[in-house]
Amino acid sequence: MSQTVLESLNQALHRMMQADERVHLIGEDLLDPYGGAFKVSRGLSTAFEDRVWTTPISEAGFVGVAIGMAMGGLLPVVEIMFGDFVLLAADQLINHGAKYSWMYNEKVDVPLVVRLPMGGRRGYGPTHSQTLEKHFLGAPGLAIVATNPFVDSGRLLETATLYDRRPVLFVENKKMYARRQRLIDQGRCESMAARVSAGPYPTVSLSFGGFEMADVTLVAYGGMAELAVEAAERLLIEDERYCEVILPTSIQPLEMDAIAQSVARSGHLVVAEESPGAGGFGAEVISALPAAAWAALRAQPQRVSALNVPIANSPALEAATLPDVDDLLNAMRRVAPASSSRSATG
Amino acid sequence: MVAAERKEQPEQNEERIDPGARFAQMEGALSEKLYAQMRLIRRFEEQLLERFDRGLLVGTTHAYIGQEADAVGVINHLRAGDVVFSNHRCHGHYLVWGDKPEALAAELMGRSGGLVGGRGGSQHICDGGFYTNGIQGGIVPGALGLSLAKKVRGEDAVAVVFIGDGTLGQGVLYECLNMASLWGAPLLIVLEDNAWAQSTPSYREVAGSMLERARAFGLEAGEIESTDAEDIYDHFGGIIEDVRQSVRPRLEVIHTYRLCHHSRSDDQRPAEEVEARRADDPLPKQRQRVSGQRARAIEEAVEARLLKAFEAAEAQAQPSIEQLDDPLLRGMPGPHT
Ligand SMILES: Cc1ncc(C[n+]2csc(CCOP(=O)(O)OP(=O)(O)O)c2C)c(N)n1
Repeated sequence: MSQTVLESLNQALHRMMQADERVHLIGEDLLDPYGGAFKVSRGLSTAFEDRVWTTPISEAGFVGVAIGMAMGGLLPVVEIMFGDFVLLAADQLINHGAKYSWMYNEKVDVPLVVRLPMGGRRGYGPTHSQTLEKHFLGAPGLAIVATNPFVDSGRLLETATLYDRRPVLFVENKKMYARRQRLIDQGRCESMAARVSAGPYPTVSLSFGGFEMADVTLVAYGGMAELAVEAAERLLIEDERYCEVILPTSIQPLEMDAIAQSVARSGHLVVAEESPGAGGFGAEVISALPAAAWAALRAQPQRVSALNVPIANSPALEAATLPDVDDLLNAMRRVAPASSSRSATG
Repeated sequence: MVAAERKEQPEQNEERIDPGARFAQMEGALSEKLYAQMRLIRRFEEQLLERFDRGLLVGTTHAYIGQEADAVGVINHLRAGDVVFSNHRCHGHYLVWGDKPEALAAELMGRSGGLVGGRGGSQHICDGGFYTNGIQGGIVPGALGLSLAKKVRGEDAVAVVFIGDGTLGQGVLYECLNMASLWGAPLLIVLEDNAWAQSTPSYREVAGSMLERARAFGLEAGEIESTDAEDIYDHFGGIIEDVRQSVRPRLEVIHTYRLCHHSRSDDQRPAEEVEARRADDPLPKQRQRVSGQRARAIEEAVEARLLKAFEAAEAQAQPSIEQLDDPLLRGMPGPHT
């Protein structure tokens, strides 16, 4: 049985703290036996007592402290209990940490990772269910990485912590923690053909039909990844049509190569995100499409996102607010009606 | 060092500046050394403001005129490995720390030879362990983090952060007083209480006691009401050593006065109040302790140095657009690229 996303992250933290004494963990309620609200930090304070800093409820303060620690030669990993609370630290991230390297003419680095458990579908209500990283899109100097079950989340976190000299917002998804990783092996992921781009933060491309068959390209990240794969499977079963699912992990800067290549093949694009769409990831993907991909488009791209209201506690309302598999399927059917289907030659 | 070389070094590896050692090596008696530094700060700012008036500079700047005794009184006690985080009113702090009016002038004039290549300007400079940012209060967490990183790495270093009385309004400061105390940080917060925040007098912005605010979190706190450089210098010698030895945070208030406007032309203070405070100007006070001959020699040396510094800065090229590149877009350095 493969690891869960949570196990992968937790073991990576253990490995890193074992291997490199510069790695420190900072956040609220991290000490064992509690081990952090979602248990990603479990066991660490027992094994590395001096390097786990359990903090007061001071998000701006301790994110700023981690920035100073990073400038001082450590490799801090901050856990924000619920990703929603990162807004308290927005000034520290945007006006301090993300700026220092550039504004001090690269005399300093700020190798900081801030882990953000984001996302809904667990009934936590309006202030504990959001997917907020889009508010940090476009802040120069800040990298945003979002993991998903089709990559090794622990390795991704290791890359961000040990090798990336920039401040990185590392977006996790609460619902995903308990999911098992569905890793790519020799070009396959279960019954799908799979590709993984090179580079530190891979983009995964998945296709039930092999990459010759593409009726539509569906771009998603983070918590939408598995829903996108499910929608692709249903499109095949119910409509006998092929969807390529593209899952970038580098959200900023946005990695466009795999997206552009797929759109050039399929001619149809749907972009999905769990947050409300305005000013968000989907808008960025669409406007970043290169000319060749635009030329290949045969219909206006579609966006799937949450309704533009806060996320309710009621399961019925929450489900109605957040985008689901049906929304993805409907968007794909809208953008690429059966009559516009391409032949298998793609 | 060029950026590409820097990237290959996992540790921060800037030049380490040692203000204490430089001060020890300066020629002359203590009173002369302090006067020379203060005179450099004062004349640097006056020349800067005059250049603003001539339209040679853009943006804004916050002069330190009247507060010079604080910078020389605190920073001369610091040594290599210590760090300073300073705020919008940073030129005086920097000139004592880094003693490079040439590079500071170039930075303020937006030239590529400036301290940070023209990227930062007046409020955002950096040199060998000295950092500044123009966000009130936002620098305190970073200073705390730096102090903790030094402690964790086994250095007996001190981090000093300068804030103003108006900055006592910022909540993140109190988050940091709490954490600094809980975690035993070698952090000294120097609160320069110059009685005003921009156009707001302290009685409209600070309730209760400045010291008690820190003491409530378990910090040692003290104060000195003086514009006398030697008093302040004596006062801080022991305090900085104490922060270093005890590895405990401390807040120290200097009650002083700003004799100039807030930034460039904004001054809402009653003229009589400012006039009355001129009697406390730290500069003539310090000059009295130096022989007339030595004072004149110091003044001439300062003028000559500043003339050269500003002329050299003005002669420098403006940075080119190539210097605008964004490390984010350049991608991730390290073994994966
Ligand atoms: C977060 C923030 N709010 C407002 C300002 C604008 N501002 C710059 S200096 C200043 C006054 C600061 O007063 P004080 O802390 O007493 O320092 P002083 O200027 O007196 O040295 C203000 C309001 C700022 N730079 N940052």
